[in-house]
Order: sequence, then structure tokens, then C-alpha cells
Amino acid sequence: MGENGIGARMTRREDQRFLRGKGTYVDDINRPGQNYAVFVRSPHAHATFNAIDTAAASAAPGVVAIFVGEDMVNDGVGPLICGWAISSKDGSPMNMPPHMPLSVGKVTYVGDAVAVVIAKSLQQAKDAAEQVTVDWGELPAVVGVANAEGGAQLHENAPNNVCFDWYLEDNKEAVDAAFAGAAHVTSMEVVNNRLVPNPMEPRCALAEHNSVGDNTTFYTTSQNPHVARLILSAFSGIAPEHKLRVVAPDVGGGFGSKIYVYPEDATVVWAVRKIGGAIKWTSDRSEAFLTDAHGRDHETKAELALDKDGKFIAMRVSTLANLGGYMSLFSSAVPTYMYATLLAGQYTTPLIYAEVKTVFTNTTPVDAYRGAGRPEATFIVERLVEMAARELSIDPAELRKRNLIQPDQFPYQTPVVHNYDIGDYEASLDKAKAIADSAGFAARREQSKANGKLRGLGYCNYIEACGIAPSAAVGALGGGVGLWEAAQVRFNPTGNVTVFTGTHAHGQGHETAFAQVVSDQLGVPTENIEIVHGDTDKGPFGMGTYGSRSIAVGGSAIVKAGEKIIAKGIKIAAHMLEASEDDIEFADGNFTVAGTDKAMNITEIAFAAYVPHNYPEGVEPGLDETAFYDPLNFSFPSGTHICEVEVDPDTGTVEIVNYVAVDDFGTLINPLIVEGQVHGGIVQGVGQALTENTAYDDNGQLITGSFMDYCMPRADDVPSFTVETTETPSPLNPLGVKGCGEAGAIAAPAAVMNALTDALGTENIDMPATPQKVWRAAQAAG
Amino acid sequence: MPTVSMTVNGNAVSADVDTNTLLVHYLRDALGLTGTHVGCDTSQCGACVVHVNGRSDKSCTTLAVMNEGAEVTTIEGLEVDGVLHPMQQAFMDNHSLQCGFCTPGMVMSAIDLVNMNPNPDEATIRDNLEGNICRCTGYHNIVKAVRQAAGEMGG
Repeated sequence: MGENGIGARMTRREDQRFLRGKGTYVDDINRPGQNYAVFVRSPHAHATFNAIDTAAASAAPGVVAIFVGEDMVNDGVGPLICGWAISSKDGSPMNMPPHMPLSVGKVTYVGDAVAVVIAKSLQQAKDAAEQVTVDWGELPAVVGVANAEGGAQLHENAPNNVCFDWYLEDNKEAVDAAFAGAAHVTSMEVVNNRLVPNPMEPRCALAEHNSVGDNTTFYTTSQNPHVARLILSAFSGIAPEHKLRVVAPDVGGGFGSKIYVYPEDATVVWAVRKIGGAIKWTSDRSEAFLTDAHGRDHETKAELALDKDGKFIAMRVSTLANLGGYMSLFSSAVPTYMYATLLAGQYTTPLIYAEVKTVFTNTTPVDAYRGAGRPEATFIVERLVEMAARELSIDPAELRKRNLIQPDQFPYQTPVVHNYDIGDYEASLDKAKAIADSAGFAARREQSKANGKLRGLGYCNYIEACGIAPSAAVGALGGGVGLWEAAQVRFNPTGNVTVFTGTHAHGQGHETAFAQVVSDQLGVPTENIEIVHGDTDKGPFGMGTYGSRSIAVGGSAIVKAGEKIIAKGIKIAAHMLEASEDDIEFADGNFTVAGTDKAMNITEIAFAAYVPHNYPEGVEPGLDETAFYDPLNFSFPSGTHICEVEVDPDTGTVEIVNYVAVDDFGTLINPLIVEGQVHGGIVQGVGQALTENTAYDDNGQLITGSFMDYCMPRADDVPSFTVETTETPSPLNPLGVKGCGEAGAIAAPAAVMNALTDALGTENIDMPATPQKVWRAAQAAG
Repeated sequence: MPTVSMTVNGNAVSADVDTNTLLVHYLRDALGLTGTHVGCDTSQCGACVVHVNGRSDKSCTTLAVMNEGAEVTTIEGLEVDGVLHPMQQAFMDNHSLQCGFCTPGMVMSAIDLVNMNPNPDEATIRDNLEGNICRCTGYHNIVKAVRQAAGEMGG
């Protein structure tokens, strides 16, 4: 198909509105007479409270209503949920404490909401909120995973602040035996630093209620509006699904943090159904730092056992993971099935033992952030491999090659759940090595040394499990949902096409890429295809966008719907062209009688379907098909990233002097968009490695709570990148795609830290490797 | 409540505003120019950058009343007869935006950068855009766009 089909570097249609300032983000929407919500939040990390005095605030100018947690409890509102059940080693279920939208009697992190003030103006709501007084009974705070088990207890049903003590498989004895016989063991203790996602658009919730029909519309900054509606209906019990319309219009980035239904969402929707009209809440950045779910935050001891030939024979990983003050929607899955199942990496390591204990602390809840478990796993594997190579004086690329799964071994069953479909890991490694000129590194290092600088080169061979996810597999592992996707392809009578997808775009460019897929399949020019998403009143139920799933699962659903369109079109064409259905061929938008020049374009077929005067018997009018697609497996993007750094030992500054990414995403729909996804992911990974530090003091106060304190990577912190691909199309979905949204964030931390530790000559430095830490490490290493 | 008058995107506007109303809220709430965004509360992110009298300014850091008589240009005021400004077009051509939220401020800052420095190299571009945070693009394609636009803007 023409110039805008699959593989075209098409510029994005959504840019037209964004570049003109005509996007519609939730905060850009206002409803007539809307009121404004401001939340009263805990200033303490850990405290009890009995009374909330709202008398003065209620009398303040403009105040419409004030609600506290008991009001929601009395109305039968349920807690916010965690949707993935994990069991401990002894078979006991995880200890899930209740998480009410407005807390009752106790708070467990700074920012925990206890009341909402609703007033006619934002300023009035803010002023009144300051007059709400709470009789706090401050408790000792638990900060840091290592302190959790001996610390003050956060939740009654979670003894020692443990949520669960889990392992992937009860195989420690076998793994220990392999370690006992190893020729070499590489060990490390590592911190995977807590990150604040910080999409540039703060969260926003705007709800409007029409009491006549009991209909509520909720505009939300969500990555998955249907899921949000389901949770608000089924679990919070705030409104029945058919009376609640959830709209996620343009959303300014998510990175996982906008998957979840937050306390503010549930509260605003519930409150508007009580008082009517419309209520708007917009997070400011300070609130976002305190209340958007954070990411990562692991402390891990990991070991790799090798035989005398440098073959990996076993891996042992023990992780303590921080959940924060409460569980969040997927927070149990991220450090378990999104993490331990990736510890095989690209390698043939036959035995892997992984155990994870999750704990509650008086910090912001932790959940999925770009990569979600897979960056943590990749960091373990790739740091261990690099360290082992250094300890054994084997070239790090060579050691990897000795252990890579080979192309003729697919499908490859790892010892940690996943069955990899396809890949050629050595091809990516070799291509990256060539582009990065790793052969010339020694000379460059000498040149740096002559200039008083330290130079290092680091690899990361990553793999991820994307295309989330086959529903039965998810269910077997404890997930509470199906992770299929839906699509509806509607030909309009005039032959143009409206496509409804259950995925949601918040920067990924679906409106462009999905139109390319449809154009390629159905032979309709992209300008005649509209992609619609983000509104539960339009199109079928969908599961949303996260886990690099949109093209692999959502795109496949579109293709399946398109196949139904073609199948129906063949029936109509056969009738109208007076031929057998078996003789109709479809290509480039035309239904042709094989071996003849008799043909009808799909636009003519669409018209005939809506004006069915001359029409096949038994075929329904209309050309509008829906498909639900449940993937057969995860997809497994992979690749090699190589980072080269130069360190100034006198100042501790780290400059990334070269960064090469070679990724295998299978078939590329739009390489322009794919490269952009990789660039952004890399910089988030570089941020984790070098700049982003989420710091709490001993009282549980977030002391990096603004952009002045939390170091987001800025334009002058990072270089330009070389981004290339290899391509082994996935055999398990109709497009051959794998997903590309998270690769950069998964690969970059290990690549950067492998380069930095190579430069410094010491492995003893944790992320984020800030100039102070680097300077100290450089001094210590001499 | 004082009255403030200014020219926004070539149109004379006048309104009564609270003295503590920030320019960004005046633009968004009173004038409906929602292309200018609020991404932080510490004047760090740059999503709110507009041009005031031809120079870039963080509109979250200036009161509406401080801009009496000013010429203000927002992202909505850049296109001419539906044709994108060269910087907007360069952002389009180079896929320099993803979620679009930082984009208006980034474009306004980039135009000011090229106005001040018609032929910037990569280091200059990165240094000058340090006040605009983008979480999506990794800046790679933004740098490319600024270089392209600089050429087209006559640098």
C-alpha cells in the first residue's frame, strides 16, 4: 500500500492541533457553573486522627460542600483496589490493607487525603481548605525498605509491614547446588532508586452530573478510561457503568502513572453525584510529587554463577520492594511477575531462583512506571554480566555471546515463565558494536586519559515482555482482568472510515500509526481514516495503553476487525460482480474477479452495503465490524544499547559522549514514531542512572518535591543518540510487531552504569550517580 | 479590581482582573487561550512560555497586571493564515513532540532562541532550552527541529 502504509515515516496528524495550541487536555475543559475541589492532605507521613473540624471552613466564602472519609464510607463507597493477587511462599494471600479515597482515622504518607473542600472558585476552595483542622496524633515514620519490618506498623492486617513474601518457584535448593559447583560467582547488592514519573501534564479530574437521567460524565487524565469506569463502578460502587461516561481526551504523558484510579478521581465523581453540577480538580506539581504513584524502589542482592567456560549456570536474586503507604492497582504485579520473569534476559541461564518481599513504608504508593519491573530485572542481569566479565577478564560482549539464546532455539522456554517467540540477539549486539566502534574504544580511552578524564563503555542487552497480555496467562498468575483489546472499523456510506480503539494515546501517536495500519490493510488513504479513542461512550470496551501493548494487541484487534470487513466485502463484491466468492481477490482496496478486470473499490462496496438495493441474500446491510483480540503470548522486544561516558574525576560530572541503541521491535509501523519512543525512553533511563533522586527524610517528608529539587533531565544533560533497528517479526500477531514504548527506559540504566563503572574502575556506586557520588567514587578508586 | 489592557496575538484585549492573577491564568481562563499550559508551580518547566514584547517569558511568573500595554504572543498566535510558523513546521517534520503538553512553551522558547542567535549549534540549543522540560522526546528531535527552523528563519 502507498506511501503512508506500514513502514512509512509519516509525520503525525495529531501534531496539527498540538502545535497550534488546540489540543484538548482535561484542564482545558470547563463546564458552566463548575465548582472547584481542593484536598486537605496529611502533613505527616504516619499519624492517626479522630476529628476533622470543618466548621470554620464550611462558613468560608464560596464553600459549597466539605466531605471527609466517613461521608464516603457511610455512602457505601468501597476502597481503591489492587487488581493482582499474589500469594506468599507459604501459600497465604497478600495482606492488602484498605485504601479509602479519603482516609479514615489514619494516614500513611505525606499527601494522603483526608477531606475535600468544594467551592465556587479555586481560590475560595484553597482558602477554606486551610481552615480545616485535624487533630493529628503523629506516629513514628517508616522510611526505606530496610527499616520496614522493624518499624512502626502501618496497617493492622500487615504484620511487620510485610505485604507478601513471594518466590517465583520453590527451587532454591537446586539453584544453591548449582552455585556450590560454580567456577565463579559474581555478586552485588544494588539499589534501584525510586522515581517520580512526572508526565508534564499534572493529573486532572472534572466530573459533571445530570440528575435527570442520573448520568455522570468524568473527564480524566487516564491511560485507560474504560478500566477507570469499571473500577469506579464495580469496586468503588460510585456509579453503575452504564450511567458513567469516562472521557480521557488529550492526555499529556502518562508513563504508567495515569493507569490508576486515584483517590481524587473517586472522590470527585462521588461528590458530584451528591451535590450535582460540575466539580473540577487540577493537581499542581507539588501535589503530583506527593500523590502520583512513584516507580521502582528496590533493594536487591543478586548473584550469578558461571562455569569454567564462562557459561551462566544459575542466578539467585533476593529483592526487597517498597510498596509505599498503600497498595496501588498493579503494585503487587510489578515487582513479581513483571520483574522476576525477565531475569533470564537474553541468556540460556538454566536455573534461576527469585524471591521478593514487599513492604509498606510511610511513602507515596509505588506502582508501574515506564518499564515496570523489567528495568529492575534488566539492571540486575546486565550489571551482573558486565561485572562477571570484568572479574574474569573476558570482553563483556564476548561473555554475552557465549550465553545468548541462539536464533535456532526459538521458541525458547526460559526457566522463569516466559516462552520467547523469536529474536536474533547477536545481530543487534554486532550491529551496535559496529556503530559504537567498540573496537576503537581503547584508543579513545587513552586519549581521554591524556586529557585527565576517565572514559568507560558499557553494554546492555535487554529483553522485555510487552504486548500485555494473554488473558488466561494473566489470570493464572493472579491478575484480576483480561488484557485483550478491542477495535471497531466502521466504513461510512461515503467510503471513509472511522476506527474506534480501546487503547489510549497520550503521546504515542496512535492516530497516525493506526491509520497507517488500516490504510495498509484496506487500501483507504490515511486522510480518509479517523482514529477515535478515549471515550467510553464511543466504541467498544477497551483495556487502555500500558506495557507497550497498543500496537501488538490494539493494532492486532484493528487488523482482525479489518479482516471481517474484507470477508464481508468479498460476499458483496461476488454478488455485484456476478462471480463466485472464491474468485474474488482483495488487494490495494479493490475486490477483483481473479483473472479479469472486473473490480469494485472498497468505497463502492461500502456504499452498496449502506444502500443495499442489489445485495446478496442473507448478508446484513452496513460495513461496520468489531473484533476483540486476545494475544497468544507476550511479545519480546530486545536489543543492545551501548553507552560511552567520559568522567571528570575532579568534578564528578559525567558526559555521555556516545549512545547507540539497536532495537528489535519486529515490524515497524512508523519508524519516525518508533525512534521518538526510544529517544524518550533512553532519557528517562539516563535520568534514573544519573540525575533523578527521590529523597525522603527520616520523618517521611519528601525533600525532592519540586522540579527545583528533583532533577529531571534537561536538554543540556543529555546527548543526541544513534537509534537503529534489527527486525525479527513476531510470528504470534498479525502485524509482526512487538512494541517499543519502554525499551529505552529498560535498557539505558544498565548501559549507563556499566559505562560509568568501567570509567571509574569501581562497581561500588548506586543510581542516581550524581556528581557528588561520582566524585567520591573517583577519589576512592584513586 | 484593576483593569488591564494588552495586545494578545494582535488583538487588543481589556479586562478587570484580580491583582494576584497570573498572566497564564488570564490567558487561559479569561481569554480561553488554553494552548499555554501550566506544568509546575516553581517556574521550572517552561510549559507556560509566551512572548511578551517579543521575548520569551514564563507566564506563570508574571502577573497579568504587570503586562499593561504589552504585546503578548501565544502559541495560538504563531500561524499566519493557517500556515504554521517555520518552528512549528520544523517540530512537525522532525517528530519533536509526543504528548504535546510542553510543546507550546518549547516552541515559543525555541523561536526566541533563534531570534537571539540565528545560527545556533547543538550545544547552544541545548543550553538555551534548559528552562523547558520535556518528559517524552528526550530532546533529540527538538534539537533537530530548532536547527532546521533556524535555517528557514534566515539564520
